[in-house]
Amino acid sequence: MIRLVTVSGPPSSGKTSVILKTIDCLKAKGFSAGVVKFDCMSSHDERLYEKAGIPAKTGLSGNLCPDHFYISNVDECLTWGVSSGLDFLIIESAGLCNRCSPHIKDILSVCVIDSLSGVNTPQKIGPMLKLADIVVITKGDIISQAEREIFIFRVKQANPKAMIVRLNGITGQGSHELTIMFETATKQSALTGKRLRFSMPAALCSYCLGEMKIGESYQRGNVKKMSWGK
Amino acid sequence: MKREFSTIPFNDVLVAHPYAKDFFLSMGMHNFDTSRTLQQFVDSLQDDQLEDLGLDRLQLLEQFEHFIGKMRELSIAPSKQVDSITIIGGHNKTGEKEQVRFTLKPGEVICVVGPTGAGKSRLLEDIECLAQRDTPTGRQIFVNNRIPDEDQRFSAEHKLVAQLSQNMNFVIDLTVGEFIAAHADSRMLPEPEEIANRVAKCANELAGEQFTMDTPVTQLSGGQSRALMIADTALLSPLPIVLIDEIENAGVDRKKALDLLVKEEKIVLMSTHDPLLALMGDKRVVIRNGGIADILMTSTAERANLKELEWIDSKMTELKNLIRAGGAIEFDMRSHFQFDSV
Ligand SMILES: Nc1nc2c(ncn2[C@@H]2O[C@H](COP(=O)(O)OP(=O)(O)OP(=O)(O)O)[C@@H](O)[C@H]2O)c(=O)[nH]1
Ligand SMILES: Nc1ncnc2c1ncn2[C@@H]1O[C@H](COP(=O)(O)OP(=O)(O)OP(=O)(O)O)[C@@H](O)[C@H]1O
Ligand SMILES: [Mg+2]
Ligand SMILES: [Mg+2]
Ligand SMILES: [Zn+2]
Ligand SMILES: [Zn+2]
Repeated sequence: MIRLVTVSGPPSSGKTSVILKTIDCLKAKGFSAGVVKFDCMSSHDERLYEKAGIPAKTGLSGNLCPDHFYISNVDECLTWGVSSGLDFLIIESAGLCNRCSPHIKDILSVCVIDSLSGVNTPQKIGPMLKLADIVVITKGDIISQAEREIFIFRVKQANPKAMIVRLNGITGQGSHELTIMFETATKQSALTGKRLRFSMPAALCSYCLGEMKIGESYQRGNVKKMSWGK
Repeated sequence: MKREFSTIPFNDVLVAHPYAKDFFLSMGMHNFDTSRTLQQFVDSLQDDQLEDLGLDRLQLLEQFEHFIGKMRELSIAPSKQVDSITIIGGHNKTGEKEQVRFTLKPGEVICVVGPTGAGKSRLLEDIECLAQRDTPTGRQIFVNNRIPDEDQRFSAEHKLVAQLSQNMNFVIDLTVGEFIAAHADSRMLPEPEEIANRVAKCANELAGEQFTMDTPVTQLSGGQSRALMIADTALLSPLPIVLIDEIENAGVDRKKALDLLVKEEKIVLMSTHDPLLALMGDKRVVIRNGGIADILMTSTAERANLKELEWIDSKMTELKNLIRAGGAIEFDMRSHFQFDSV
């Protein structure tokens, strides 16, 4: 049995920093934790985790959407966590695809967004933000108080149900609060049969599959055209 | 969850809950026929439209009910809920007990002083997170003489502390007027334009150089930015506690800035070594080796000295302005700082 938390968020939003600081707090409370990072082409995160003495694995999805790849592998991640004897397994996923969300029903789901990304960002991020249980806002240290308040309000509009937490990924301020929420994650032994919170759209157009030529006759599969009016 | 709002025509929802219109904007939806109910609207959506919204039908309806609930809660939130903050001592870095219990009230200015690494920022953080004997210092913070609710401690929307610090910038792509109005909107205040004018006027009184409502906030100078942040925090932020991390040399009128925060009944905590600011405060909390070693009240003698310090400060400002204007300082400093001329 292991407590599972999924952490997603746009690239460079501060996911690794948030996870590192939170695991520091978890360790101080006597818990052990490991991380699996899902990304597309490459990731340095595994090294960052190992440097901090945290067991870590990386899954690279290559041409596939990392979220699709992640959900096909998540059960094995859990098995790895359980067999490593960890109290917590944290899955970091890169959230490169705004239409997918890795959140699973009954599994504590965290979305990390960065307050430098602009006040309209909360409206633009899809189910990854809208269906998260906890939204962590990072990089609030470099913007003004008013911007922080506006940003929190916009996040609340986009996900009125979530608990919103501010966390400084550099100093760790706020990680104490997040740790207490992590401790509420339910214990799991297997994920088979669990459901995603939102279906992952099929991303397969001919370009996903390696097509390089431009033009209608090369476009197969899931093709969507802009509307140009009359 | 009960579907209160999704089954009545949207126009009727708007009468009681005008903020409901923002739901569609926040979802990136436009052209919604407001004579229909949300249920009817949701039923008419195609699957690919839902895919774009990132929610299925049931989730969309639930989201709407939560949205109305949250916004209603915000629009009726009382603005001032803090009458006192009490700090109950924990221990210092070597584990010795901190023998203090002291209370801060609205309108008070408290300076936090001590050597580098002593634990000044730690004290401010303890207050920020409303520590409950669970931070490295073991301190406990009471709000209104009680242990605060969990919710008040953890969720960003219920925090009590506004922070102003030297390394903050504006990153938002709006003019001064739009920016303040957006902040007023986020608090659901009526007449945001009128509020924007009031805040900008106040900020201009604090800043050395004037700016207009059409200036993009990212183009404000350091001093102007600081002035706008202070005026906005004083007049528009609902948070009752303001933490200031060094405002010296920031190109703002520091005395006016503090007076403004005091007038707006903020509890102001300031980490500073500037004698002028320190004496403007009511109390000084002295930190040593991670613990609160002493609490000094600003004495009458110190208050009397404040006048001289302000005079010296104004004399230094004259020199700074001279340097800024490309001048030279060749005249006699002894007579420039001649106290008899006060
Ligand atoms: N100023 C500031 N910088 C932060 C904060 N949180 C993270 N950063 C910085 O932001 C950068 C990106 O942080 P990461 O934690 O690597 O972000 P990530 O989301 O894990 O990135 P990917 O895994 O590559 O998508 C790093 O340089 C961090 O030091 C914060 O709260 N404040
Ligand atoms: N009572 C305490 N027990 C244990 N650790 C403490 C205590 N007080 C402070 N510390 C730790 O000491 C370190 C330095 O404290 P802090 O950053 O607050 O110093 P500071 O006074 O703000 O320094 P500076 O003037 O350089 O900003 C921090 O890691 C802080 O958590
Ligand atoms: Mg990362
Ligand atoms: Mg400090
Ligand atoms: Zn995807
Ligand atoms: Zn594609």
